[in-house]
Amino acid sequence: MQYAILCYNDEDVVWSWTQEEDAAVMGRLAVVRERLAEKMGPSARLLPTTAATTLRKSPEPVVIDGPFAETKEQLLGFYVIDVENLDAALDVARQLTAANPGGAYEIRPIALYLPDKRVT
Amino acid sequence: MTDLAWINGAITGARPQAIGALLRYFRDLDTAEEAFQEAALRALKSWPANGPPRNPTAWLILVGRNAALDGLRKQAKHTALPPDQEISDLDDAEATLAERLDGSHYRDDVLRLLFICCHPELPATQQIALALRIISGLSVAQIARAFLVGEAAMEQRITRAKARIATAEVPFEAPGAVERAERLGAVAAMIYLLFNEGYSAGEDEARGPLCDEAIRLVRLLLRLFQTEPEIMGLAALMLLQHARLPARFDVAGEVILLEDQDRTRWQSKLIVEGLALIDKAIRHNQPGPYQIQAAIAAIHSRATRAEDTDWAGIDALYAALERLQPSPVVTLNRAVATAKLHGAEAALGMIAPLEQRLSGYFHYFGARGAFLVQLGRIAEARTAFDRAIALANTPAEAAHIRRYLDRLTGAA
Repeated sequence: MQYAILCYNDEDVVWSWTQEEDAAVMGRLAVVRERLAEKMGPSARLLPTTAATTLRKSPEPVVIDGPFAETKEQLLGFYVIDVENLDAALDVARQLTAANPGGAYEIRPIALYLPDKRVT
Repeated sequence: MTDLAWINGAITGARPQAIGALLRYFRDLDTAEEAFQEAALRALKSWPANGPPRNPTAWLILVGRNAALDGLRKQAKHTALPPDQEISDLDDAEATLAERLDGSHYRDDVLRLLFICCHPELPATQQIALALRIISGLSVAQIARAFLVGEAAMEQRITRAKARIATAEVPFEAPGAVERAERLGAVAAMIYLLFNEGYSAGEDEARGPLCDEAIRLVRLLLRLFQTEPEIMGLAALMLLQHARLPARFDVAGEVILLEDQDRTRWQSKLIVEGLALIDKAIRHNQPGPYQIQAAIAAIHSRATRAEDTDWAGIDALYAALERLQPSPVVTLNRAVATAKLHGAEAALGMIAPLEQRLSGYFHYFGARGAFLVQLGRIAEARTAFDRAIALANTPAEAAHIRRYLDRLTGAA
């Protein structure tokens, strides 16, 4: 089963980290990624929701500034993991939590997965 | 990151909204501030032991409000509830409050706080001091150091600002559209002024963090006005300029000009965000001064080498800025692009009419000197550089011009 791990946290806090704080968290997360290399697909870190634009899919699509929904915590990125079941997915999320506390991870099964086919 | 660092980050992040909400309850800045302070202290005690609450902002508002009410009750000689009991029934109340926070109050509370700090009756220096104290939560000592004044003087400046607000008409209702637009402009101007205070100081320990505070505030403003292209532009401008910080000074603390900077040291994370924001702003087709300046900064950011800079693009943008906001300083900046495109002679001709209005402006004489050097008019260049040194605002600026002078002496 494949799962997407969605990263939520308060972007005001996260994007106020100093360069050192930011590098420290990213460094710890890189270690986890390395450890779980064979289970991990691509991952992404997203810019703050203030940089987001939404296309509302009405018959005449409307472009709206901002994220799809405003909440206190924002989607800051996601992981794609390939593990046996929800328990294993939760275990991965726990390991990520230890490296980067605060906020939450949403674990949601993936119905369609399209791998990156670019040749680098 | 340690738990404590995370808690501090969460408290700072929650501060504008929490103080805004407490101000709505108590309608008094000092009470709101003290209530928040008390809540923050309790958070530092409670969160490491019990884990962080689901919604730190709601927790801080609730605990702050209860603490302040408790204080008011004590003043009124009533028996107060023991504080532990209050905290123990917090969970349900917090959940209800968290739900309400997602609603419309958030925007109005934070906006009111920003508008109060940028009250039109306050001079700019007081607006900045108040915003740093109330919204950013810097200590009076930190603010005093950043503005190179004594702590007592800064304390007085903030007290005076608060007193003036207390006597002025402070609207607790959301302002109408026109007033809102005007006051939004004042908030944006205050934030950019604050940014420039930090920017001119570079990596100075006391003043440098002002840039970070300004960026924090502009993000807050952008969150409230997600569809305002000028706010996107202001945020982009500040991010793109701040990205260059690690490359702007040499080890001796002297200024390195844009074209001599090691561009690999620019902070790509900030550049990516700045470029995304200006890109988004331009789609609105409502150009404004912040957007144009951000677009100029974006051109510099996109050039991997100084010689790749699109000077024609920069010249066109400055021309647009001149039309929108005519100012001798804008023309002076445009002259730098003109010098790249059409030579120093043309640039000198462009700035000659500005001399009287910019007779006290360091950068005018610095630029004039540089153009004269390019034309080989060394004696005149030396005179211009001497004037620049006399007008320098910081030791780094003076040292920078002195290096030019030394080079001239070496060449002669």
